[in-house]
Amino acid sequence: MILFDHVTVTYPDAVRAALTDVTFRVPEGELCLVIGPTGAGKSTLLKAACGLVPHFTGGLLEGRVVVEGRDTRDHPPRDLADVVGVVVQDPASGFVTDTVEEELAYTMEQLGLAPSVMRTRVEEVLDLLGLATLRGRPLADLSGGEQQRVAIGSVLTSHPRILVMDEPTSALDPAAAEDVLAALTRLVHDLGMTVLLAEHRLERVVQYADRVISIASDGTTVDGAPAAVLADSVVAPPIVELARLAAWHPVPLSVRDARRRAAPLRERLVGSTANRRPSVAGDHVVRESAVTVLAESAVTVLAAPAVTVLAARDLHVRYGRTHAVRGVDLTLSSGQVVALMGRNGSGKSSLLWALQGSGPRTAGQVLIAGPPGAGPKADPASMRPRDARLRVALVPQNPQDLLYLDTVAAECVATDAQIGAAPGATRTLLDGLTTGVPDHAHPRDLSEGQRLALVLAIQLAARPCVLLLDEPTRGLDYAAKRHLAAALSRHAAAGAAVLLSSHDVEFVAESAGRVLVMADGELVADGGVRDILVASPTFAPQVAKILHPVELLTVDDVRRALAATR
Amino acid sequence: MHPLAWWVWALGLAVAVTRTTNPAVIALILASVVLVVLARREDAPSARAFRGFLVLGGCIVAIRVLFYAVVGIKTPGVVLVDIPQVALPSWAVGVELFGPITLTGLLVALYGGLRLATLVVCFGAANALANPKRALRSLPASLHQIGTAIVIAVSVTPQLATAAAGIRRAQRLRGHEPRGVRGLLSTAVPVLTDALSRSLALASSMDSRGYARPLTGRTDRRVSTLVVLALVAASMGTYGLLDGTSPRWLGVPVLVIGAAAAATASILAGRQVRRTRYRPDRWGSPELVVAGCGVVAAVLLVAATATDPASLDPSLSPLGWPQVPPVALLCAVVAAIPATRVFRRSAARGAA
Repeated sequence: MILFDHVTVTYPDAVRAALTDVTFRVPEGELCLVIGPTGAGKSTLLKAACGLVPHFTGGLLEGRVVVEGRDTRDHPPRDLADVVGVVVQDPASGFVTDTVEEELAYTMEQLGLAPSVMRTRVEEVLDLLGLATLRGRPLADLSGGEQQRVAIGSVLTSHPRILVMDEPTSALDPAAAEDVLAALTRLVHDLGMTVLLAEHRLERVVQYADRVISIASDGTTVDGAPAAVLADSVVAPPIVELARLAAWHPVPLSVRDARRRAAPLRERLVGSTANRRPSVAGDHVVRESAVTVLAESAVTVLAAPAVTVLAARDLHVRYGRTHAVRGVDLTLSSGQVVALMGRNGSGKSSLLWALQGSGPRTAGQVLIAGPPGAGPKADPASMRPRDARLRVALVPQNPQDLLYLDTVAAECVATDAQIGAAPGATRTLLDGLTTGVPDHAHPRDLSEGQRLALVLAIQLAARPCVLLLDEPTRGLDYAAKRHLAAALSRHAAAGAAVLLSSHDVEFVAESAGRVLVMADGELVADGGVRDILVASPTFAPQVAKILHPVELLTVDDVRRALAATR
Repeated sequence: MHPLAWWVWALGLAVAVTRTTNPAVIALILASVVLVVLARREDAPSARAFRGFLVLGGCIVAIRVLFYAVVGIKTPGVVLVDIPQVALPSWAVGVELFGPITLTGLLVALYGGLRLATLVVCFGAANALANPKRALRSLPASLHQIGTAIVIAVSVTPQLATAAAGIRRAQRLRGHEPRGVRGLLSTAVPVLTDALSRSLALASSMDSRGYARPLTGRTDRRVSTLVVLALVAASMGTYGLLDGTSPRWLGVPVLVIGAAAAATASILAGRQVRRTRYRPDRWGSPELVVAGCGVVAAVLLVAATATDPASLDPSLSPLGWPQVPPVALLCAVVAAIPATRVFRRSAARGAA
């Protein structure tokens, strides 16, 4: 049980409180979801629940936080270790030991459990999270999804009564996320565990939640039943947006519920187009109508004739014994936003780095077009970095690695100088991507969305013909994702190609026109976003699942289709 | 394999090496060490460092010889290269700069260098065969907190190196080629801020996972009293031992009392920490064989120096070829026994 009683948290030197007068109670055996825009104080709330605020972070905590009958005022985090398990946002940063098995046992060792108990619990958790094959592996060699599962497993072994998790599925592919969430619901339903969970990708978790706490950007909270809180929350998954559009009350939270309500909407989308354009009945009409509507709306984007800007042939990447990329052939045309999807560890990042030229490339050829007047296509790996970035730019998984100066303004000025642009060019780009980034702020103090915008502005300032992004949506809320999607389509419309790797099906549905699916180092599928996403049960976005067989992917698609029917 | 077994084995060989200056004997033991490492090491980062220890050994021999040539005492003997001695001012009496290089002197330097290099390689072998992190897990409970801190400090350095490589790679993406002092700064600042935030994240994770968690209501005042007693006894005992005029009881007996107090304090402090070990390394017959091989090798050479010192120290005046006494051959064979896989535990985890 978790109890917050008039809790206000103020960090030292902060202008305003991170949490303001928060009161709620999570009874035993509930899965409680914490939502809110980036930087609203979700992490602060989670840390307050496990005692890290204020014992570890500092700051002033007014009010009372009681966890399983223990007041966090008198109990530092280590004294709560037997009742609260914490999974942090970046699992690798929390690992203490070297191998999977030792990591799973670490908390139990600290709690002094008997060796025989430890042995059985480690085996149980290995099975529960499907880690048995990884037991002796070094933690550093695991993929992001595997690390996330180990991090969850390492707190489960001590059988805590409460689990506190910060974005547990953000690094996972859709299938792995389903696995982790299925394991979580089993813990909640069968063992009566209480889970407090913060997540940006609500579409993945909202159906499992028993309660939602919504934090507004001023630090105040609303809590209650999921349907009630989400009905008018700022952050809302596509299913809720669709419910608002179709005026469904109460808001459905699972695809199953929504499908039951969606029959009239589906008929309206199909029927009206059938009236308008008499044709053979059935599936064909459905496809036809939806596609036409979309094509009409997309016409404005494709202005210039498409030319090939990137051509890669028979690309291979090996690291030691691992064959990460096996013979990939790829062509990108200008004006395209292409999404690269696939399991964790399927070689997406290796492919992006190999295309960019600074990552290892064992065999194969990459040719990328240059800016006007730069001559024929060339391989960026053979160029100096400053010339290569005029052809291809990569925004890596940790965008902040690119930043090394201490203010936003200094970064912008340095970029202008590096590429010989007019002073202020980068800053103008940044303001076009997002608003309200202060000049004098340290890049590390920016929110995830602002930091990504800064790095994107730095990379776009060189006007590269090909823009590569590795998992750009981690930690972004829905508003920031919409900004990003808009920026990418603008850049593509200006004659460049964008290739982004992502696990975020909703973002891909919203931003990309073509999807590549990678498995085991090979490209296994390549096609239009509708063909690929709708066909796959794991990759289908919520709207497509709800409206099947109408092939619409996003709420905006539906809105446009409805407008066209009127 | 229990990490301590490998450490005992390596220590035994190190003791054996210090007993002799015979290059043939040392080379035999060195060969045994390398053989065992090649046969038994695992694919772990600490095992890959063994090559570095071999290189370091080579450097030690080279430096020792170089030092002999530059400032060493020039023993009389067959002159190989006649370098004129540099006259030094009178205050530098006893130091000879350059001078004739004799065969005897060169051999002394070479033998000495080889012995030191072999000691270093023995240490490297223990490091390669027994993961130092696993070895630290065998510490007594009262030293557990310090042990964990050391483990983390040990793993920070390679992490810094990978972080620096990652950041340099990322910065080349924006066309920034770090050079000179400014380039160093542009890499160092993100690496260090990264390392700081990473260690904070690790500390918070360890805190919420119960690291350094005391048992409620079980603080033992006897521990601090005993620690103070041990410290006082240690300083008094050392004084008594070194100062010849002090009474005899102030020397060794007081030191023994201090050590006993320290051991008791450690046991009592260990009781306050309630922690257990997951799958601790077992000490079985393979461990006994490995450790035994090291001990036997040491005992063989120690006994040989006691009975027949001449065979282990080749004569340099007059010059003679180093002999290989049978006992040294036996010692090398014993040292190499752990290379055979007969002594591997049959269980799958035995080698881990």
